[in-house]
Amino acid sequence: MKNTDDRFDLPQGTLDLLIMRVVALGPIHGYAIAQRIQQISRDALQVQQGSLYPALHRLEYKKLLSSRWKPSETGREAKFYELTSRGRTHLKAETENWTRLTDVVSLILKGTLEGI
Amino acid sequence: MGWLRRLFSRQRLEADLDKELRFHFENQVADKVRSGIPESEARRLTRIEFGGIEQVKEDCRERRGTMGLESLLQDLRYALRMFAKSPAFSAIAILTVALSIGATTAIFSLVDATLLHPLPYPHPEELVRIEDDLHGAGTMDAGISIPEFKDLQRSGIFQYVVLEIFGSANLTGASQPSRVQYEGVSPAYFAMLGVKPELGHTFDPLDQTPGFTLDVVISDGVWKRVFGSDPHIVGKSLRLDNDLNRVIGVMPPGFRDPGRTVDERNTELWAAYGFSDDPARSSNRSLRAPLETVGRLKPGLTVRAAQSQMDALVASLRKQFPDDYPADSKWTVRLVPLKENVVGNVRQSLILLFGAVAVVLLIGCVNVANLLLARASARSREMAVRQALGAARKRLVRQLLTESLLLSLLGGVAGLVILFCMKGFLLRLIPESLPRLNDLSINWTVMLFALAASIAAGVIFGLAPARQAGRVDLAHALRVEGRGSKGSTEQTRTRRVLVVTEFALSLVLMVAAGLLLRSFWDLYQAPLGFNPQHVMSVQSWLPNPDDPKTDIYGTAAQEAVFARELLRRSRLLPGVQEAALGSEPSIPLHHDGNPSQLIVEGRQAQSKQPPLVERSDVTPEYFHLLEIPVLRGRLFKDGDDENAPLVAVINQAMARTYWRGEDPLGKRLRVGRGRPGVGLDARKTWITIVGVIADARTESLANASVPQMYLSLYQDTPKELAIFLRGDLNASAIPKEVRAMVQSVNPELPIYGAKTLDDAVSASLEQRRFSMDIVAAFAITALLLAVLGIYGVISYIVSERTRDIGIRLALGADRGKILAMVLRQGLGLAMAGAALGLVGSVIVSHLMAGLLYGVMPTDPLTFAGVTLVLTGVALAACYIPARRAMRVDPMIALRYE
Repeated sequence: MKNTDDRFDLPQGTLDLLIMRVVALGPIHGYAIAQRIQQISRDALQVQQGSLYPALHRLEYKKLLSSRWKPSETGREAKFYELTSRGRTHLKAETENWTRLTDVVSLILKGTLEGI
Repeated sequence: MGWLRRLFSRQRLEADLDKELRFHFENQVADKVRSGIPESEARRLTRIEFGGIEQVKEDCRERRGTMGLESLLQDLRYALRMFAKSPAFSAIAILTVALSIGATTAIFSLVDATLLHPLPYPHPEELVRIEDDLHGAGTMDAGISIPEFKDLQRSGIFQYVVLEIFGSANLTGASQPSRVQYEGVSPAYFAMLGVKPELGHTFDPLDQTPGFTLDVVISDGVWKRVFGSDPHIVGKSLRLDNDLNRVIGVMPPGFRDPGRTVDERNTELWAAYGFSDDPARSSNRSLRAPLETVGRLKPGLTVRAAQSQMDALVASLRKQFPDDYPADSKWTVRLVPLKENVVGNVRQSLILLFGAVAVVLLIGCVNVANLLLARASARSREMAVRQALGAARKRLVRQLLTESLLLSLLGGVAGLVILFCMKGFLLRLIPESLPRLNDLSINWTVMLFALAASIAAGVIFGLAPARQAGRVDLAHALRVEGRGSKGSTEQTRTRRVLVVTEFALSLVLMVAAGLLLRSFWDLYQAPLGFNPQHVMSVQSWLPNPDDPKTDIYGTAAQEAVFARELLRRSRLLPGVQEAALGSEPSIPLHHDGNPSQLIVEGRQAQSKQPPLVERSDVTPEYFHLLEIPVLRGRLFKDGDDENAPLVAVINQAMARTYWRGEDPLGKRLRVGRGRPGVGLDARKTWITIVGVIADARTESLANASVPQMYLSLYQDTPKELAIFLRGDLNASAIPKEVRAMVQSVNPELPIYGAKTLDDAVSASLEQRRFSMDIVAAFAITALLLAVLGIYGVISYIVSERTRDIGIRLALGADRGKILAMVLRQGLGLAMAGAALGLVGSVIVSHLMAGLLYGVMPTDPLTFAGVTLVLTGVALAACYIPARRAMRVDPMIALRYE
């Protein structure tokens, strides 16, 4: 387990984006979402339940995710989340936004460094 | 509607949430077990990683969007459960709120009907009274001349301008002759007010008929009382002072006339006057008729803007007619919002009452806050436990506020219920002289006010305990097992502050009540200058027909015969020892004055505008009957009749005002006759002053020196008569006996207004007594609440310090000293409150200076007396817990720990 001190704070709204990206791959339950984010980020990001579940519930309330109860890989019933069509459009738009934003930010950051 | 469904499927949602998180938890444990950690250890680690599972749940709930409503419902359920668990506490708190909200709402409904909605007509802000002032002659509201009225109509400032004149007349043609208050108005009157009749129609605003018309509009009251709600009344005729008139309309039941006096507001019949023919044909600008002028401003014109246009008009008229408006008369025209008719006299009293009741409400809140604080200290452990389990402070504060709001709303509802039940009783307490055109009702505004007041109260008394709960020191509160009250010094401080506030507020109220009481008492004790005991006055009215040929009492000689016959028969009535006759203004404390223009011989050159003086006609017996002594000269004789030279008797105040340093006896004067329709010019004959009487408070209780003059009734023809009887009278039988007596002389004459002068005296104190009674009642309530408050705090302090006191006693402390120590604490609180209260009282008493009579706003006796009473009562309240402290048994106190 990574020490909590190594985690970085996600900018506001980023967690939602990550969750939606992971959910976009197919129906998935909360625990697996956390695992998947951790794996993909090579343990750099560790999502705490304390932020994961409130975020999931908020996305569901905003109708970006839908949920269904069905047996998990271990056989226990789990709550599986799926993107709604609204969620899909939202994800697409947000991803574009994000890419544009990071491009611009890194452009500026690089420029500043060269200018020093 | 998703949130609604979620709200109702709350239980399933909760179960799902729990299942989801548990699934996550189990998976995490399983992962750890798989990596080789023993299961029990894995569980422990996961639990630490997981953090507060309840907190995660709470966060999820909040994200769901139904949180607000859901937690509100939860809080409400919880609050109700708390109330049910401590019914005594809840009952006391709710009752306190109910009484204070009920009282505040009752006073507010009064304020609403008078101050806030004084004129129940459309666009009331456009209605103004137009008053002509002659500052040079010292005469305000001097009346208006007909050319000036036409100027106003042409001025372009008004939509409508009307003249009005109030009076009363004999209504005959029905079963019993009766007396009605009528008002002669320009035909545009109802159009100006914007009021429609219930039946028929009102006057045509464009009617140009000169002089009097035959059409009258009657009130709903006359329609029901006199005409038995005859549905075909329109077009029928009635007789007013023998003149035949035709009913053209009936006003709706709630309609009241916007007059200045009770009588004017009780107008029941309206007649249309043209004011353009005899006797009002005069084109003389300086001939002012005692008419009232009311207008409706052009839409969008403010009173201020209209006033400046009016000032310009006046300036140009003064230039155009310099002879009619000499510079020394200083003629100006003033526009007064018509609502002043209603609110002018009572604004200060009502604001005082409202302030007083608001203070009571505040004290009530403080008391409930105290109760809540006491309970909060008992609950501080519960709060600490809940916080430790993950409840957010914000959430706890919200819950406490919900509790106090629910408490105050329940109290507010109970208060309204009490108000509804007591409505009839309360309405009877309100003096008739309190002007209002609206019926008092508990309408939506009043309900909204009660709601707002309840919410405000709930927030005020809920804040202190809620704030306290927000800062519980968790570790400390949990450690002090079972004794949540210890260590709450801050709470004790808050409670002390609250008690000091209570004392300060009640001191202010008691000073206000004390000052009003002293004013009232001074007024009550002031020597009247006449003796009202065993005297009754009964009124009658001789018809005053428009056709002089039908007037059988047209000359002084004709009327004198009637008057002497009336006097002779009056003396024969059972119990009567003395009888006298007078005109209506001669009735003591009858507020319908009849000022006449006074012209003093040799001085008329001073100003074109003669001063106005109260004037009555009386028979010789009048002064003896009222026991008003003559100071100089003589009173009237039986021989001062139509054949003798005209004579007058004046009072000292008039002698002082017009003949300062001179002997008024033998001086001569003339009076203008202010009655409309009879002749507007002064009589040509000089009247000689033959006597001076002592000043008496016959005009106003508050003012003994109102200039007054009396003329001999046998030399004049007053139409409105008062019969005065002194003796051992049966007040309930007199009206019937006098009616039979008068109607045996002339069956067409009405009898009304029978009253004892004692009643008249107390009636003129009525409005003051009303304010005083209410403020006193509030002050006593405030005192009681403050005393309860201080008792509570001192008891609390004593019970907190039982152990401390026990130790002191065990170490040999003197019991007397313990008693003194506790009393000193109470005294300290009371003194702090009194000091604050005295400052507040000085401010308040200066604001209410206008309501006082004969007492300074900073009357030292009242201030000192009230402070002493308050401190004394506070000490008495502290004595009970102090004795308890003194009797503490050290053994028991120490073992108890």
